[in-house]
Amino acid sequence: MANYSTNQFKNGLKVMIDGDPCSMVDVEFVKPGKGQAFTRVKMKNLMSGRTWERTFKSGESVEGADVMDTDMEYLYNDGEMWHFMDPKSYEQVAADKTAIGDAHLWLKEQDACQVTLFNGNPISVTPPNFVELEVVETDPGLKGDTAQGGSKPATLQSGAVVRVPLFIERGEVLKIDTRTGEYVSRA
Amino acid sequence: MTDQSLWSSAAPIENLRRRAAIIAAIRGFFAGKDVLEVDTPVMSNAAVSDPYINTVECRYQPLVGGDVEMKYLQSSPEYAMKRLLASGSGAIYQISKAFRNGEVGRRHNPEFSMLEWYRPEYDHRRLMTEVAELLLPLLGLSQATEYSYAQVFETHLGIDPHSASVDQLRTIAAEHIDSNYEDDNRDNWLNLLMSHVIEPRLAGEGAVFVYDYPASQAALAKVSEDAQGRAVAERFELFVHGVELANGYHELTDATEQARRFAADNRQRRAENLPERPVDDLLIAALEHGMPDCAGVAVGIDRLVMQAIGTDNIADVIAFPLPRA
Repeated sequence: MANYSTNQFKNGLKVMIDGDPCSMVDVEFVKPGKGQAFTRVKMKNLMSGRTWERTFKSGESVEGADVMDTDMEYLYNDGEMWHFMDPKSYEQVAADKTAIGDAHLWLKEQDACQVTLFNGNPISVTPPNFVELEVVETDPGLKGDTAQGGSKPATLQSGAVVRVPLFIERGEVLKIDTRTGEYVSRA
Repeated sequence: MTDQSLWSSAAPIENLRRRAAIIAAIRGFFAGKDVLEVDTPVMSNAAVSDPYINTVECRYQPLVGGDVEMKYLQSSPEYAMKRLLASGSGAIYQISKAFRNGEVGRRHNPEFSMLEWYRPEYDHRRLMTEVAELLLPLLGLSQATEYSYAQVFETHLGIDPHSASVDQLRTIAAEHIDSNYEDDNRDNWLNLLMSHVIEPRLAGEGAVFVYDYPASQAALAKVSEDAQGRAVAERFELFVHGVELANGYHELTDATEQARRFAADNRQRRAENLPERPVDDLLIAALEHGMPDCAGVAVGIDRLVMQAIGTDNIADVIAFPLPRA
């Protein structure tokens, strides 16, 4: 991989820090009037998700990380790994529990996801912002209750449990915002 | 931002009105005190020697199509204004453009506006009072706190910056800053701690003057002893909400000492593989002739307007920052 010098730093640049691929979230040039220049970077470790600040001396360089965001189709879960396929090359990859994180709550077979690959291996999975999932279990709907009133838990086909309005019935397909984990509407 | 929009002002026009009003107020302030407005060259034969100020070089041709002479865009009008003082100008001020290579970021634009003024018979402490008198009303602040450089290091880091060793500074830096930074230069460690640990903590205090810098950071300031007998530079900086806004000196008037510091700067430049700079003989000659005892200060106009408006982005106060220039 190429090396990047501080003057090439920019938001989104992926570099190797202490053996882990990291992404630059915020890059700031810092210079005391009479002193040396520094570049202060808010960095996100793509393996652990931890964000922190790291300071580089001007001119210092770091190794780039072979990290690629790829659009992939979710295939299936074999009980241990989650399998995805590149719809263009048909190549398949398998993500483990750490890489999948909370994304498994929103995965439906054949949905398109963004899979982040590091050296060809998935390190994180981002589901679409909105997904449509079927309710497999919830208390019976209350007749006459419309949009008003309280909410109840519903279990979706992916296993996620979300708060839904009281009128929602088992078998209905709901639109969910995966960024907040909230019910949006009936699909 | 699309390329199409690059033709238009980065700063909202309302902010440019505010900027103009601030500059008008500055001119009014000095007119009322009979301080003379002056104008010195932006392009000059000699560049500043500070190792960490990278001058923008330009190519001048005395005969068009002929040989090229290297000239420099000023990084501050300091040297030329001192020659005016030595010429008998009395109190002077200037609002001008200054240029610095490589300084680009949220608070930096390589071409920026600077206010600089000089007061014969003032020392740095007396000039601090006048800096506050001019700037605080423009920022809606009523008073400024004053700390010595030693005080801010003792309060925030528990060390004496005048005596701490490189090892001590390295250890303390490692507790606060994640970095592979390595350096044997004490001042570089002090600057790192100042800019990364102390300045952010000054942010909550409004306007803060820090004065009596280590003698090793004197730049063009006189050196004297503080009450504890430590050698200190008669220099101050003003921070507003943690942002460096002004840098002032009780000015060095000794030509021999000035020539020694220029040579020391070039030695450090050699050691760090930075280009050496021609010594500004005209400034040395002016000091030999005799410059009145005085204090001077430089204020970043763009940052002043940023603080007055309440923005942390220099592009909000400059019509055409570098990418649009």
